Amino acid sequence: MYGNDFSAEDAPGGGLLGEVEAAEAALRAAAERGRRGGPAPDEDLAAYFAAVVDADQKIEPRDWMPEAYRKTLIRQIAQHAHSEIIGMQPEGNWISRAPSLKRKAILLAKVQDEAGHGLYLYAAAETLGVSREELVDLLLSGRQKYSSIFNYPTLTWADVGAIGWLVDGAAIVNQVPLCRCSYGPYARAMIRVCKEESFHQRQGYEILHTLAHGTPAQKAMAQDAVDRWWYPSLAMFGPPDTDSTHSAQSMAWKIKRFSNDELRQRFVDMCVQQAEVLGLTIPDPDLRWNDERQSYDFTQPDYAELMRVISGDGPCNRQRMAHRRAAHSEGAWVREAAAAYAAKRAQQQKEKVAA
Amino acid sequence: MNGPFDFTLALGDDALIAAQRLAEWTTRAPEMEEDIALANIALDQLGAARLLLTYAGELEGAGRDEDALAFLRDDREFRNCLLVELPNGDFAVTMAKLLFLAAYQLPLYTALAGCADERLAAIGAKARKESAYHLDHSSLWVKRLGDGTEESHRRMQAAVDQVWPYTAELFAPAPDAPVDPATLRGQFDATVAAVLGEATLTRPETGWAPAGGRDGVHTEHLSYLLAEMQVLHRAHPGARW
Repeated sequence: MYGNDFSAEDAPGGGLLGEVEAAEAALRAAAERGRRGGPAPDEDLAAYFAAVVDADQKIEPRDWMPEAYRKTLIRQIAQHAHSEIIGMQPEGNWISRAPSLKRKAILLAKVQDEAGHGLYLYAAAETLGVSREELVDLLLSGRQKYSSIFNYPTLTWADVGAIGWLVDGAAIVNQVPLCRCSYGPYARAMIRVCKEESFHQRQGYEILHTLAHGTPAQKAMAQDAVDRWWYPSLAMFGPPDTDSTHSAQSMAWKIKRFSNDELRQRFVDMCVQQAEVLGLTIPDPDLRWNDERQSYDFTQPDYAELMRVISGDGPCNRQRMAHRRAAHSEGAWVREAAAAYAAKRAQQQKEKVAA
Repeated sequence: MNGPFDFTLALGDDALIAAQRLAEWTTRAPEMEEDIALANIALDQLGAARLLLTYAGELEGAGRDEDALAFLRDDREFRNCLLVELPNGDFAVTMAKLLFLAAYQLPLYTALAGCADERLAAIGAKARKESAYHLDHSSLWVKRLGDGTEESHRRMQAAVDQVWPYTAELFAPAPDAPVDPATLRGQFDATVAAVLGEATLTRPETGWAPAGGRDGVHTEHLSYLLAEMQVLHRAHPGARW
């Protein structure tokens, strides 16, 4: 889960999934059309790159690409991968206490999916000439970030539902346009990730729906979770367009296709009806339909708070990083053993061949 | 552990408590791939637990479903073996526990697949395939750690020494049960001996054989595990989730 980009509709996951499938069809069509042949011997590589991007074809790992494009992609894909890995923590917090065996199984499988997304994305980043070890090191040393949303705590079971509905919902709105990203391995990874995320979003929505139609205590728990997760979810789309630094170049490269504010608006418009069905209230007294814009007017999240959390002073930044570092360092002896064992086997194999 | 209810409940509790312990590794595993593998095994155990507890509830005929059995019993009513409730310890302890559990569950579920009770036979047929993978996964790690570095060898041997005594309880005779666990001992010993041998590890010589799980007399650890697992469910009596 990560992001800054998008499109969405009302039914939880439904419209979004349609977008993903359309992107997948476009990807297939582009592959069938075939790209023009490689650059001519005397052709300008930059012009060739631009032509491929303009034709909505995919850049592949073997292709020449501008160094800044490569760097931007590595940063974005790595941050996305880190977000998946760190994002396992807030939800993992409730696996042991899930209130039914069915919910426990669903949550465990979901957190496992996130680990899978992380690995898949690290592999996509590796196609750009960086190793997973380097990227993990960048995360652990704090030189690369992960989505700030995971620096908020999951205080009740309803938070698991709110994360599914709002956080996964915002992530999908951000990520669906990335299914059409100009870099082939990332676009293909995002198609798979988005399909699973939309499944997660539906599960979260269902948790909230059950709570909101349960006992008064359950309903209160659901409302409290929505109250706490609404604005941090809006902040997931990043700073307002007026303050966003990377946008223009990323748009030109087709790494990003919609602005932060456009995506945020889509997310709000999508959530309003869903909240009505849930019977829960979005904590914004100024939320109202604007006939002229054909969209909802809404209160912006506190961007000063977003900046504080990004810079490290959110409620759980220290905890999340300490947890990740501990898992990594406590596992070092295991990884060393696996490497030593593999080396011994390889040596034995060599001796067998030599004999 | 005699009648089909007690037997089914005990197997269901083994799987449930094993799942709860394995799931504790989520976000903490030594490698990301291992995080996924442990979650997979936890999910398998949880899946088997749900089938077994649901069926146990039907055999009992008192209207208890899987959640009533999982969340509304106290530790004295749980029938799992002590092995599964032991704390995870380090990765070596977890792998020793998993190796012994899988080496027991594989022949157990295989025998169950051929038993007269159709429901148990179906559960056994499904679960044995998963157990084969659990055995494969844990065997590989026990070998890697046993025959890896000096430190990993030391930790793995210590883990085997610590956990081994708890395996005796698994094979307490129950001649009237759908599968008599005592009949599984030979296969278990052969499987474990082969893995430990390749891992350059030894089985401890000890006469200590802690038991009691099948009678609801557990270690001190189980009550804490249940307190955490059951807290939310119990805080909202009668609620649907």
